[in-house]
Amino acid sequence: MKSFTHLTSAAIPLPMKDVDTDMIIPAQYLTQINREGYGAFLFNRLKEQNLDFIFNHPDYQNAHILISQSNFGCGSSREHAVWALLQWGIQIIIAESFSDIFFNNAAKNGLLLIQLKKSTIDMLLAQAKKSELIISVDLPMQTITLMNGEIYHFDYDPFRKTCLLSGYNDLDYLLSTLPKIETIEIYEAR
Amino acid sequence: MPKNIIEKIWQKHVVAQEPGHPIIFAIDKMLLHEVTSAQAFDELKKRGLKVRYPDRIIATLDHSIPTSKTRSIIQDELARKQVEALRDNTKKFGIKLYDFGSQFQGIVHVIGPELGFTLPGSTLVCGDSHTSTHGAFGALAFGVGTSEVAHVLATGCILQEQPKTMNVELHGSFDPEVSAKDAIMKLIALIGIGGAQGYIIEYTGDAVSALSMEGRMTLCNMSIECGARAGLIKPDQKTFDYLKDRPLAPKGMDWDNAVKDWLALASDSGCHYDKTIRINVNELKPMITWGINPEQAIAIDETLPYPIEMPETHRAMAEQAYAYTKLTPGIPIKGTKIDWAFVGSCTNGRIEDLRIVAQILKGQKIAAHVMMYIVPGSEQVLQKIHDEDLDKIFTEAGAELRMPGCSMCLAMNEDKVPPGARCISTSNRNFIGRQGPLSITHLASPHTVATSAIAGFITERLP
Repeated sequence: MKSFTHLTSAAIPLPMKDVDTDMIIPAQYLTQINREGYGAFLFNRLKEQNLDFIFNHPDYQNAHILISQSNFGCGSSREHAVWALLQWGIQIIIAESFSDIFFNNAAKNGLLLIQLKKSTIDMLLAQAKKSELIISVDLPMQTITLMNGEIYHFDYDPFRKTCLLSGYNDLDYLLSTLPKIETIEIYEAR
Repeated sequence: MPKNIIEKIWQKHVVAQEPGHPIIFAIDKMLLHEVTSAQAFDELKKRGLKVRYPDRIIATLDHSIPTSKTRSIIQDELARKQVEALRDNTKKFGIKLYDFGSQFQGIVHVIGPELGFTLPGSTLVCGDSHTSTHGAFGALAFGVGTSEVAHVLATGCILQEQPKTMNVELHGSFDPEVSAKDAIMKLIALIGIGGAQGYIIEYTGDAVSALSMEGRMTLCNMSIECGARAGLIKPDQKTFDYLKDRPLAPKGMDWDNAVKDWLALASDSGCHYDKTIRINVNELKPMITWGINPEQAIAIDETLPYPIEMPETHRAMAEQAYAYTKLTPGIPIKGTKIDWAFVGSCTNGRIEDLRIVAQILKGQKIAAHVMMYIVPGSEQVLQKIHDEDLDKIFTEAGAELRMPGCSMCLAMNEDKVPPGARCISTSNRNFIGRQGPLSITHLASPHTVATSAIAGFITERLP
């Protein structure tokens, strides 16, 4: 997993609630056996249906931050959705809430998910709609800073933070605790 | 302190928790399929690891395989490579694969119970969000991503945060034309597709006890569609009768001891839930979705809702939905012409579902303009269809009986609803393009799909 500390980038506004993983990457693109090659198909159905869809817009092709509403990443458990977002270039998603499985998948791949309250999200979406919105994210400080100097703090799980900052992942941690797992063996004890 | 069933199973599986770290959580069983496992095996190979408990894992083919009679020769090169990768990986790591030709091949969530692999009180995961299906047996079962599949392969554990618990009580009795599918669709419509996010649901109440194991599986299956991590039901005599003598279920003394343990899983009286929701099924009517996610659902005899009458947060999605599904607010949904009907999936591809469909199709013809696919959930289901001569009923009605797999539920293989076509489906998701690019999906029960296929339009009654 790649480590992450700071990032400054334009933000892509996606003012939708319940963005599902079928939307992020349709099932027809999941017939591959590796982790690469999904970025080109990110939001493909929406891109095909609507030429004005934000991911078709030339101004946003180098943006690394996505802003959306509640329950982002709901539906199918496909980790390919996280891979597609990262491979397209999205490194941070700021939203009101995330679905459980998507949240777990993101954490294992170094995709930073930032949860902010609805009023802040609404304000960010409104600003991004008006003109280009540049956001600076500082993970060690757990802040996002706008160009006008406004600073917003976000909560972040300390374990997840350590993992992201160091590039250490869940499997590294689990393997380090294997001796403990061995001594317990719940399954046999049942 | 009295505990609910979720807390009982949860606590038994907490291996350890170090300060400032997530819980190390033991997983008893895992199901694998071809689409979400190859990259997990690669992780093990890269690190030179073994599968820690290969005998607690089973694999099958379901998601991307064809459902034609000649399906064992896969034309699609990528899908074929996925299947070959699963064959190689299961062989290399010593995991049992139910391949083509096995009498148990089928959708992961259909074959787990059929084999007696799914057991009460166990924790079970799969790289598929509908893993909650296995909760029908009192298992704590949920979907995980490919990274977590690798974690279970390598360690038998994953990292978890303690979930909240929700009690969904279903009371009353189901009308003959109303089923578990309508009940879960009603719950999703009530609380929304994020309504149970962060929760595990226990389904309780006399209406749940009255459901067959198949009905309970349908109920638990769609728990994820309201955002729940899992949904489960306490095991009872019906559960034990279903599981007894299944190939992988405990036998003899082990069985007797297991049943004793399983009976103790039931929630204690006076236990706490973080939230409780009650639904009276006496008032429940056949449900249908009208939009592009499962919460956009109404009773079939209702008119299509106006976005303006919805909470402000739901309007944009409703407008997007109407633009996609080409429906008009204010008019009845009943009578909407359909082009396709699909019966199958891990939600409604079991024998009980197909018996209901056969009962309605018997002596009838589906409408001339409708194409109908009936896709059994497993080889076992297909065998029963043949044993009970349901295949003749399907064929005479003009429907096409296919081979077992996920098929048109997610349209990964060539089973796709054509662009612009409208499909009524027993599956679980009506997301944009789920059943094929530009396809329109209406989710409903097997009963409603069968009556609509005959009528040629959305209806819960035969014309």
